[in-house]
Amino acid sequence: MPFNLTRPPSATGLIGLALVLFWLFVALFGSLLAPHPVGEIVAYDVFEPTGGAYLLGTDYLGRDVLSRILHGARFTIGLALVAALLAGLTGTALGLFAAVSPRWLDETLSRFMDALISIPSKIFALVMIAAFDSSALLLLLIIGIAYTPGCYRIARSLAVNLNAMEFVLVARARGEGRLYLAWVEVLPNMIHPMLADFGLRFVYVVLLLSSLSFLGLGVQPPDADLGSLVRENISGLAEGAPAVLMPALAIATITIGVNLLIDSLRGKIRHAAGEV
Amino acid sequence: MSAHVEVQQLQVVAETDTGGTITIVDDVSFAIDKGQVLALIGESGSGKTTIALSLMGYARGGCRLESGSIRIGATEVMDLSREQLGQLRGRRVSYVAQSAAASFNPSRTIMDQVTEVAAIHHLMPRQQAQKKAVELFRALALPEPDSIGSRYPHQVSGGQLQRLMAAMALISDPELVIFDEPTTALDVTTQIDVLRAFKKVVQERNITAVYVSHDLAVVAQMADQVVVLNKGAIREQGATAQVLDAPRDEYTRTLMAAARQPQRHGPELDSAVPPLLEVRNLLAGYGKIDRQGQPAVPILSDINVSLQRGATLGVIGESGSGKSTLARVIAGLLGPAAGQVLFDGEVLPPTLKGRSREQFRRIQIVFQNADTALNPAHTIARILGRPLTFYHGYRGAKKQQRIAELLELVQLPANLAGRPCSELSGGQKQRINLARALAAEPDLILCDEVTSALDTVVGAAILDLLTELRSKLNLSLVFISHDISTVRSMCDEILVLYSGQKVEYGRREHFVKPPFHPYTDLLIASVPELQQGWLERVAQRPALPEIGRSVKSLELCHFLERCPVRIDGRCNRLPPPRVQMQRGNEVLCHHGEQELRELEIPPLKCVAGGAG
Repeated sequence: MPFNLTRPPSATGLIGLALVLFWLFVALFGSLLAPHPVGEIVAYDVFEPTGGAYLLGTDYLGRDVLSRILHGARFTIGLALVAALLAGLTGTALGLFAAVSPRWLDETLSRFMDALISIPSKIFALVMIAAFDSSALLLLLIIGIAYTPGCYRIARSLAVNLNAMEFVLVARARGEGRLYLAWVEVLPNMIHPMLADFGLRFVYVVLLLSSLSFLGLGVQPPDADLGSLVRENISGLAEGAPAVLMPALAIATITIGVNLLIDSLRGKIRHAAGEV
Repeated sequence: MSAHVEVQQLQVVAETDTGGTITIVDDVSFAIDKGQVLALIGESGSGKTTIALSLMGYARGGCRLESGSIRIGATEVMDLSREQLGQLRGRRVSYVAQSAAASFNPSRTIMDQVTEVAAIHHLMPRQQAQKKAVELFRALALPEPDSIGSRYPHQVSGGQLQRLMAAMALISDPELVIFDEPTTALDVTTQIDVLRAFKKVVQERNITAVYVSHDLAVVAQMADQVVVLNKGAIREQGATAQVLDAPRDEYTRTLMAAARQPQRHGPELDSAVPPLLEVRNLLAGYGKIDRQGQPAVPILSDINVSLQRGATLGVIGESGSGKSTLARVIAGLLGPAAGQVLFDGEVLPPTLKGRSREQFRRIQIVFQNADTALNPAHTIARILGRPLTFYHGYRGAKKQQRIAELLELVQLPANLAGRPCSELSGGQKQRINLARALAAEPDLILCDEVTSALDTVVGAAILDLLTELRSKLNLSLVFISHDISTVRSMCDEILVLYSGQKVEYGRREHFVKPPFHPYTDLLIASVPELQQGWLERVAQRPALPEIGRSVKSLELCHFLERCPVRIDGRCNRLPPPRVQMQRGNEVLCHHGEQELRELEIPPLKCVAGGAG
């Protein structure tokens, strides 16, 4: 792998790593740590402030916000992560394949992806959910398909540029096959930008999941992902209720953490600026 | 009278990633009198550009002017505030950058950009600025000075753009002009025109200037004083004549030795053996091939060349002449539209597809830019190891041993193997690039401008290495370059390409004395010599003879537009014949041998073949 693990990581990278590890931990073990079951109404007061009996207050039905977040993180992180990974891997593989393929194959694949990208992702999701009923697996597939073309386009344009580099020409003139060119010469040089793209796409997936949940088509109650927590407590925004702020803060720290970590992996890829 | 510009004990430091600082310019002092030109000369990393920029009070990102004094007239640049520096730059000190093409805004007219400085500093009304710009265009020998300003940057040539940039720098009558490698990116035949224009305008307007360059021969033409820099410190400074004729410093002597190309002879060749490489009637280009068999963008036409085993073929021409295309066709990266490439008596399949692994192995290609020719994601061991495994099936300890041998062959320490190539210097990278080709144990190496991106001293070392390897391993080389002195020093046979036509082809010895093809003559005459006054001695080229309209044909002489000895009615009507000279070289020209000898195309001069 091209990461240089011997180099001491930067401070922002460490913050990113800490945030990501924290949220991975919450996603894995959050439901075990939660003080209350996810749907239990624990207080008569809605939108209670932080502190007091409930660490992060209560939501619009008087449920414990901390427990809801601990339960919900699993959906947001797990689903978004797997879906973004699915889209990223498929997109990168296809983009790379297209770049080293003969012209006609590249064209066919690219036009197919263009067709796919022209379908609005939310409408696509609505139609699919209407047809097959909402489930975690279906959400995963929908998001995977919806975000593959974007990834494909970035991967392909990176790979096409790299494919014209002289080191690839040298390998071609050496008589190397397509698979070697793609896997050994091109791919290692596009991993970093693809990771950065993955970070961005992860954020989009979180947002799409949240909006589906808001429409009642995403994660089904009493379960809720972080996005739907924000949406369902939106009426508390005027009074600054922690029920709406805390899940939003959770989403923010997850996405910022992921992006900080990825940026630090990029390392010192900048070309050393020689004298001009 | 004290000097007009004075730099004293200048120190510039750069901050490293770990928070420390490195001194990149240390204790540099020099002075320039009014109307004098001072040259800063050195290799890349010597700090010459950093010093030049510091004269405008500017340090590049991550660097800062640490201590010392920079005085221009009565102003101490180091003491100026940001706003005051803004007043200084462009108005009192101006800058001509290396790449004019990158320095002009493509979406605004040239006149707008040239007069912009006057507008920013409110120096003069618009009308007056434009009038002054036209005067400058005229002084810089630009064509159509009255109307060239209304064009856009892409509508003029690179050499013209460079002169326009000088006009931009001179519009405010600055006290000091900084020329930063202004001709490095140009072809030699263009460089001479630009140098001539610069020299004229500098003399006429009594301009004080700093001229940054790595090319001693260019500096010899332009400068009164020379400062030789190495690693941020001054090695030698003095009058140009003194530095060139009697260099006191060891480093200066090394630079001079590298600039004077020695003869690098290969082994004696047995001419009875059939040639290793033969190119027959080659036609190549890019895009679709039409019904007449012409590609949409024809690059090379009617190329016939052969190369003996162990010999070196030099291919020379300016950018766009088709040199690299020839290498690509031989390597199989580009299929020819017509013609054949024969290797060791066999016809090579036109593209990569049909070639066998053995054919791949025997022909290797080395590209100009080692930065892009080596995969940045791989270690050196991996880069060198791949051809070993791929062609020879080496694995494990055998492979490691061979990698170490290869590194030794290109004179690099064996402990580099585990490092990524991004940690190497330019010269080291080029050696790895070469070692990768050698790993295949090839018969023929195609060297595409292998020294063009390197400093003179480093490039000379690579050329020496190539010469040594060539004798040791009985290699044949196709050596592509835009620099005729390098080609003459390296190669047994020389092919001159102009816009895809083979205009001259013959043995190295025949490229010393005329008769030449008119283009070869221009090429040879344009290479600056390491002597003061060369630029003045080379007579101004006469105006081109008038000719009528040309017939539309690809087969006409491509040099027609620039040829000083073209003949109306012949050159613009008929394809030129290939003339065999008595001594053996071929010339593509309507003029016969006797005519070419008598034409005495000015500037005609014997070229001293360097020190060798």
